[in-house]
Amino acid sequence: MSKQPETRIAKRFKKLQDEGRPGFVTFTTAGDPDLETSVRILNGLADAGADLIEIGVPFSDPMADGPAIQASSLRAIKGGMSLRKTLGIVADYRKKDDETPIVLMGYYNPIYIYGVDVFLADAKKAGVDGLIVVDLPPEEEAELCLPALDAGINFIYLTAPTTTDARLPRVLEHASGFVYFVSITGITGTRSAVTADVAGHVGRIRAKTDLPVAVGFGIRTPEQAAEIASVADAAVVGSALVDQITANLDDNGKPGPGTVDAVLGLVKSLAEGVRGARKTEKAS
Amino acid sequence: MTKLNTFRSGVDETGHFGIYGGRFVAETLMPLILDVEKAWEEARHDDDFWAEFDYLMKHYVGRPSPLYFAERLTEQFGGAKVYFKRDELNHTGAHKINNTIGQILLARRMGKKRIIAETGAGQHGVATATVCALFGMPCVVYMGETDVERQKPNVFRMRLLGAEIVPVTAGTGTLKDAMNEALRDWVANVEETFYIIGTAAGPHPYPAMVRDFQCIIGNETREQMQEMEGRLPDTLVAAIGGGSNAIGLFHPFLDDDSVNIIGVEAAGHGIESGEHCASLNGGRPGVLHGNRTYLLQDEDGQIKDGYSISAGLDYPGIGPEHAWLRDIGRVEYVSATDVEALEAFKLCTAKEGIIPALEPCHALAYVSKIAPDLPKDHLIVMNMCGRGDKDIFAVAERFGFDM
Repeated sequence: MSKQPETRIAKRFKKLQDEGRPGFVTFTTAGDPDLETSVRILNGLADAGADLIEIGVPFSDPMADGPAIQASSLRAIKGGMSLRKTLGIVADYRKKDDETPIVLMGYYNPIYIYGVDVFLADAKKAGVDGLIVVDLPPEEEAELCLPALDAGINFIYLTAPTTTDARLPRVLEHASGFVYFVSITGITGTRSAVTADVAGHVGRIRAKTDLPVAVGFGIRTPEQAAEIASVADAAVVGSALVDQITANLDDNGKPGPGTVDAVLGLVKSLAEGVRGARKTEKAS
Repeated sequence: MTKLNTFRSGVDETGHFGIYGGRFVAETLMPLILDVEKAWEEARHDDDFWAEFDYLMKHYVGRPSPLYFAERLTEQFGGAKVYFKRDELNHTGAHKINNTIGQILLARRMGKKRIIAETGAGQHGVATATVCALFGMPCVVYMGETDVERQKPNVFRMRLLGAEIVPVTAGTGTLKDAMNEALRDWVANVEETFYIIGTAAGPHPYPAMVRDFQCIIGNETREQMQEMEGRLPDTLVAAIGGGSNAIGLFHPFLDDDSVNIIGVEAAGHGIESGEHCASLNGGRPGVLHGNRTYLLQDEDGQIKDGYSISAGLDYPGIGPEHAWLRDIGRVEYVSATDVEALEAFKLCTAKEGIIPALEPCHALAYVSKIAPDLPKDHLIVMNMCGRGDKDIFAVAERFGFDM
């Protein structure tokens, strides 16, 4: 295993372990539905129960995402959101909360165009703890993963049901922060996984790493979140939150007055679901 | 530029042409991409695989396609001798079938049960639906909603051939979105499905694999020119969208120093207008659809839509091998506008009795610029990569003819 940058992520998972409970991870897109609303949502996530915050960096062609997150990305781009502004949002957030880990999630091209070295320096300075870049598998680790580790930022790898036992060590070789298990073969926000299957895959991963395992894709309700969290170290919810934003848009695509409360309300009930989940003992 | 020993050795073992290419895909797909690579490595060294490919090329596609001396156009230009490589005479009317035959043979070899594809103008969709009918495999074709509307004859052809057409409304509803949607389908149906990509782009091994299937164009040209003129051609010209017909013609000649090679991108309303799909002349390197290559994009790395009168060139990227050949200077990449392509369309139809697709019209437009100033013994081969039946509606509209 390569060196592991010490970030807020490790501290947070340590705290969760001490509390004996799984974590709850939220995903929302920077600038969705507009800059102001997305910042108000972000500012309320930790109090509503998010243990770790994923911020989506909008991209025009999100090939692993379903309709909800695609639309959310396009709304944000239309409103002028960019990677640079996303880093600005993180930097502002850090003035109020220096503990909740922040992970940027997106696709490689905006980072490549920004310039990898400049981006990593700016991201570190802004207070970003980790990166999830969907289209950078370990085969392309030299692009961003290795430079990120050098810059003191965790690079979080996705594993999928298609990731065989033979391949897992390759994926985990430079993984840091946590491992994100994509619970379905499919895109975000579509079908849901069977908990027993997820438990099996999480077991496979845990057998090969000490990193925490978060599970995402297809988790929509507090009940599902609780179930999944009972077999993992954290549950990630994204599309369901984005759907709350979509449901609160008026005919002109402007957010209604209840948008922030609706999203944070769902976050609260999902977080309660996760907190109620009994954490299984980690296989040693 | 540094002279390499060969320009034909790519890709390297990590799937790159220089800095281009690669495997920029989600982890869910990565194991499958590695499977495709492994299967392709085995197949391309298997004589039986190529025997079946060659058989179908000859008896089903109708190859070799003729190398035709375009005498009247040559007279018209008054300079170089212009030859057409007649890939528009292939079954289904374009070079696309060379690739879909190759890929479906590989899909069968891998035991895949279901085929998906993306299409813009519909030519690749038709070529895919055709081979799926031939081999009795279910076929789903993703097509941008606007293209479904613009390309009704091809949509009907695909349906007749048994394919399911899925109109794509996500994003901007164009070819790039159709490709996103095909990739999403693949991620969701990874075990049983094979994705037949329509051009020499996408994650490794697709760019090299598609090139290898399309190289039949250049290999035949080499032999035919030897037979007709007793030597190699002096200049090769081909239109470039994703670049599969061009790389197929070019690749067998890359190591022949005497052969001047030119790719022609679609400049739409002109590069300076911003409405074009000339990725090499008006874009810059980025990462999309599994590979690094030149892309049309804004300063934040968001992908822009391409524009061209030719729906087959209307893609914001280009095959990674072309990006590499551009950077090392082996191939020259130029562009032709809508207006120039339409002029070439009229000229070719009137002088040669060949109604060309709008894609090769871009190549012919450039030939019409350079041929007059070249000596009479200079041999140009232009790839006539598709026939124009599919484009008559678009052309009629431009010419103000009420169909």
